[in-house]
Amino acid sequence: MARIEFKNVGHSYYGKSDNLEEYALQPMNLFWDNGEKYALLGPSGCGKTTLLNIISGLVRPSDGRVLFDGEDITDLPTAKRNIAQVFQFPVIYTTMNVYNNLAFPLRCRKLPRTEIDTKVKDVAKLLNLTYVLTQPGLGLTADAKQLISLGRGLVRNDVAVIMLDEPLTVVDPHLKWKLRRKLKEVNKTYKLTMILVTHDQNEAMTFADKVVLMRDGQIIQVGTPQELFENPQHTFTGYFIGSPAMNFMPCRLENNALMVKNTRIPLPGLENCHKKLDGTIELGIRPEFLRLEAIPSPDAVNVPIVDVRDLGSFSIATVVLEGQELKVKVPKAQLLPKDQGYLSFPPKWTKLYHEDKLVEISCP
Amino acid sequence: MSFILENISKNVNGETHLADINLEIEKGSFNVLLGPTLSGKTTLLRLIAGLDRPTGGRILMNGKDLSSVPVWKRNIAMVYQQFINYPHLNVYENIAFPLRRARISSGEIDRKVRSTAELLQISPLLWRKPIELSGGQQQRTALARSLVKGTDLLLMDEPLINLDYKLREQIREDFRNIFVENDNTIIIYSTTDPMEPLLLGGQVVILNKGRQLQAGLTHNCYRNPATEEVARVFNDPAMNMIDGIVDGSRVVLGKVISVPVADHLKALKDGEYRFGLRASDIFLRQQAKDDIELSATTELGEISGSETFIHVSHNRVSWVIQEFGIHDHTLGEQILTYFNSRNLFVFDTEGVLVAVPEQSTAFSPVY
Repeated sequence: MARIEFKNVGHSYYGKSDNLEEYALQPMNLFWDNGEKYALLGPSGCGKTTLLNIISGLVRPSDGRVLFDGEDITDLPTAKRNIAQVFQFPVIYTTMNVYNNLAFPLRCRKLPRTEIDTKVKDVAKLLNLTYVLTQPGLGLTADAKQLISLGRGLVRNDVAVIMLDEPLTVVDPHLKWKLRRKLKEVNKTYKLTMILVTHDQNEAMTFADKVVLMRDGQIIQVGTPQELFENPQHTFTGYFIGSPAMNFMPCRLENNALMVKNTRIPLPGLENCHKKLDGTIELGIRPEFLRLEAIPSPDAVNVPIVDVRDLGSFSIATVVLEGQELKVKVPKAQLLPKDQGYLSFPPKWTKLYHEDKLVEISCP
Repeated sequence: MSFILENISKNVNGETHLADINLEIEKGSFNVLLGPTLSGKTTLLRLIAGLDRPTGGRILMNGKDLSSVPVWKRNIAMVYQQFINYPHLNVYENIAFPLRRARISSGEIDRKVRSTAELLQISPLLWRKPIELSGGQQQRTALARSLVKGTDLLLMDEPLINLDYKLREQIREDFRNIFVENDNTIIIYSTTDPMEPLLLGGQVVILNKGRQLQAGLTHNCYRNPATEEVARVFNDPAMNMIDGIVDGSRVVLGKVISVPVADHLKALKDGEYRFGLRASDIFLRQQAKDDIELSATTELGEISGSETFIHVSHNRVSWVIQEFGIHDHTLGEQILTYFNSRNLFVFDTEGVLVAVPEQSTAFSPVY
């Protein structure tokens, strides 16, 4: 297992350049800690595949150095990097049985027969493949095939990192949670560094200890799923993570409060913020943190409710504040008035963004 | 206009793909076919479209049997999982295509194309080719083409399944607006996602393994699932189920968990039952004094949008708990869970609904 480090790594398919716009992946410094589970998440074209290919060695970065455990491997070919990869569609040897599929990487390395046998059986046991070991690779279900692909990586002692490229795409929806659970168990047992690449936020958030959120060749935020949800560092995180997305409203600062047109939203702690903020300032708050009540309270604003959608386990109410629609998630047990209610912004969850970036304010 | 499916069945090579489908669908209504993969949704849509013929039963449009009417003579539009556009035509011509075939005057075509494009918010893109559009814009173009004709029936077979999460969210919002404005066309929309009928409204038809389990107003079916099977299919995560008994004046779940006899449980006769509890009715904090506390072991925390689905086990019973917000739960963690017998659904041993929780609970949850 290895700790992977990016030292100013970037890539332009046109070669090193002063023009950052030419970069599919903009130069960045990044650590991948040993034994952690990462997800590379972002819309298509965000650069996540380029990043993956740089780690595996399929792409040599135009800028910077890649280190595995401190050793510069930028010029090392893929075959010498000890990487295991599980692809979107299962790649297994259909002419071999499951046992031989798992043993294959070890036979290539000419390991003694008894050692191969122990390894294969251990891994098969962990992946619940013991009962299919003698079955041919052909005709297995998609999830079993993906487990075998994973198993071929696990049998090796020398694997630096396991890369997973949308591995659950082909798996039946109701079986996904079992495979997700298995991936976590594998990570815990083998202390493996794993990197999952996906455009699906649920997949990324369920799998990862840390999510690397990307857009336009740049890293937007690296954090635990909970951090991305509760403390988006960027408006894009607020939009991309969570459903419905975070609400944003243009605002200005005035006497320790945020002013949305003529509505004053108190935000204690704002007085400690001495940064001078020119340009776009926005208030951001997630639908689950806004409070919509039937009765007035000191800091609540009276708003019309224009739509309520009962989604069974909760409702989504649409309210209008200063001409702008906001979504509020309301627990199902809470009774709402029909046409209007009182909206308040809990300071702990009310965020301030300057030019799309979070402004840290120490909120008491 | 009336549209009726009467005893529709479809067998292929001796295998039953659909059996006993009976539906009466109103003009201008919006209908969702909900069911897991292989439940018969696509088969049913293909029969309605005329792409396949039913083995038995009749499809009646205004009293006329459609079974022998070929697909090109039926006034139907269909939207598929893959959005299909003509790559060599621009958006305008893609939308106009079905009208040009129908030999409508160019002034009329222009008016229809522009108003449909307006509805789908693609007016600024009319002169672009499909390849210059994002996935969402392509899907909207395909949708505009199917709407422009003003057909009697619009069939949509899992139209959002291949789109990414954020796009799905956005287009679903568009759909709802279109459905609300529509008052002539019957729309039939299929999905595997139990949230979609709730988000889109209208009526729902719940299918599983080729059978029609329940049909009716979406929220009514959600609150009164006719059977345990419906409760499983029409909840994401599936409704948690546990065996139990009513004995004298006691209600006991899973042999050992004795729960208070809530009002809706009082009329139950002694005997064995299956009890159901939605994932969103199990909490990690106590909500009411008479809540039942259970300790459980976590198996996995799954994230879905802004919710965490915690898979837990308790004495070999596997349950899923829905938690607001995104939280980390490690494998094998011991946690305390709370639920209230007021929220129990009750099914008999055959799986038929016997009692449902009362509508509104008068407390506000603590998160």
